[in-house]
Amino acid sequence: MSFMYEKLLGGKNGTVGFVLLATLILVVFPLALDGFRLNLVAKYLTYAFPAISLVLLWGYGGTLSLGQGIFFGLGGYGMAMFLKLEASSPENTAIQSTPGIPDFMDWNQLTALPWFWEPFNSFTFTLLAILIIPSVFAYLIGVAMFKRRVGGVYFAIITQVVSLILTVLIVGQQGYTGGINGITDLRTLHGWDITSDFAKNLFYFITCFLLLAVILMSRFILTSKFGRLLLAMRDKEDRVRFSGYDVANFKIFIFCFSAMISAIGGAMFTLSVGFMSPSFVGIVPSIEMVIFAAVGGRLSLIGAVYGCLLINFGKTAFSESFPELWLFLMGGLFIAVVMFFPNGLAGLWEDHSHHIKKRLGFITSLFSKNDTAAVAPKLEGSN
Amino acid sequence: MMSANTDFTLAVEELTVSFDGFKAVDNLNFYLDKNELHVVIGPNGAGKTTVLDLICGKTKSTSGSIKFMNKELTKLSEHEIVRAGVGRKFQTPSIYENLTVFENLEVSYPRGRGVFGSLMFKRDAEVENKILEIAKEIMLDHMLETEAALLSHGQKQWLEIGMLLIQDPQLLMLDEPVAGMSVKEREQTAELLNKISAGRSVLVIEHDMEFVAQIAHKVTVLHQGKILASGDMDTVQKDPKVIEVYLGH
Repeated sequence: MSFMYEKLLGGKNGTVGFVLLATLILVVFPLALDGFRLNLVAKYLTYAFPAISLVLLWGYGGTLSLGQGIFFGLGGYGMAMFLKLEASSPENTAIQSTPGIPDFMDWNQLTALPWFWEPFNSFTFTLLAILIIPSVFAYLIGVAMFKRRVGGVYFAIITQVVSLILTVLIVGQQGYTGGINGITDLRTLHGWDITSDFAKNLFYFITCFLLLAVILMSRFILTSKFGRLLLAMRDKEDRVRFSGYDVANFKIFIFCFSAMISAIGGAMFTLSVGFMSPSFVGIVPSIEMVIFAAVGGRLSLIGAVYGCLLINFGKTAFSESFPELWLFLMGGLFIAVVMFFPNGLAGLWEDHSHHIKKRLGFITSLFSKNDTAAVAPKLEGSN
Repeated sequence: MMSANTDFTLAVEELTVSFDGFKAVDNLNFYLDKNELHVVIGPNGAGKTTVLDLICGKTKSTSGSIKFMNKELTKLSEHEIVRAGVGRKFQTPSIYENLTVFENLEVSYPRGRGVFGSLMFKRDAEVENKILEIAKEIMLDHMLETEAALLSHGQKQWLEIGMLLIQDPQLLMLDEPVAGMSVKEREQTAELLNKISAGRSVLVIEHDMEFVAQIAHKVTVLHQGKILASGDMDTVQKDPKVIEVYLGH
């Protein structure tokens, strides 16, 4: 029990935050929102996976990746390939010149299923591929970068470039990937209609449970010695190296783990939204993921989820009325967070609960002059 | 002429490193006995820190050999050298400011050094006792839960020494351990170093001659990447060459 409490939930504060989040997404949202809105929230929550991955990688590990869209996309495309193959049964595609292959292949004069699509006929393979392919890809990038001690801004730029290359590749290889439109018109999973309201609700809850599981796993990593080493590396990398650790291995591991989490989000995105396209792989979505994490608080796993929800609710609300203003608003918000609230929503929450305690202290204590002097300037700062 | 197996803890032979033609360390030969506390002194730019960098693998040598307990170090990577039993303290205190004193020592504890080992690492009684023992030795046992950023400069230096001690290295290298310390802290550090040099070899770089006199078994004076003089403190202090380049100022 104490293992559960300390290692997975992160003590008292962690437990409270976790329970609040679980209540919000598992009880409050399903009761308060209609099916359409709940499906939107499911989509937002799938972005929370890469946002959490950035809390680990960037917030704790100090390594900013501007390419989490790569892994979100790989997970999403893996799932989409399986669903597309099922939707492209010979009966469904009888009108094509080559029945039995996805429609976009037929349009692009392909006459047979490419070899790398074949294994995606198997659901088991697909689930494994969703977890393993992004991790292996991250491992290769990680070995190439971290073993050579490439880090910081160079790592950010390189990951950004890789995500750009991947987008260009997907768009360019239309016959193999569905091109700019992505993989659309997904219908069933083992013959079971994934577009029904029931299916959408189910995917919502699966997303929630996976998200909570990912938070617990991440907590486990952060509360272990590994977590303290991440902080130590961020602070004094050389000291860690000269304490007998192979620093690169730790960075590679956390990068692979972050890739795997992001891919789970991508796969759930495909299921919840019903398609996958390159617009969720490239630079813009990758940077949006960083903004979610930054707004939520890059040192808070749970904060990342709130950051994600807040921005996406905002995006939906604003882009309905002022579509052209939204990007400026989001950019402005990012700058504001970086400049004034470097610890994001989670930081604000901590400061605020701190102030409330201090104020209570002021009322109850006769000797609180020092306290109030310290509180006053901070209050001004947060207004 | 590379030597065969010896009793030396450290045997540096014909060690040279050149940066764009500038020889920071030039054909250096240097031996360190077991249980010896050896201090390297020399003017700025003499190559003192570079020697430590070479031994701990931070800088790769151009030629020559560094043997630690008969094990060649020049081909090993940094963490392998540490695992072989060489600890190094940096000039400016290099500790993890965001972690507590306890956590700083725990992170340095030589178990769970691999990725999965660190995930499964358990803070058991053995770890806690060792941390407490080291904390007492470095006079920080009353501050275990203090965030390292809040320590005084001297305490940070001690903490880093403690982080090395917990790994029980056979060779401990300290780069200016008393820089920026008060007189009292210097005395306490001298006492600490005398205590910890029992059972291991210690190599210290220092400027403060009074401090060197308190601790050194043997002194080497380095000048322009070469050894100018070597021996006990008295011999070195009386050496006319040393007086000319260094002590005379």
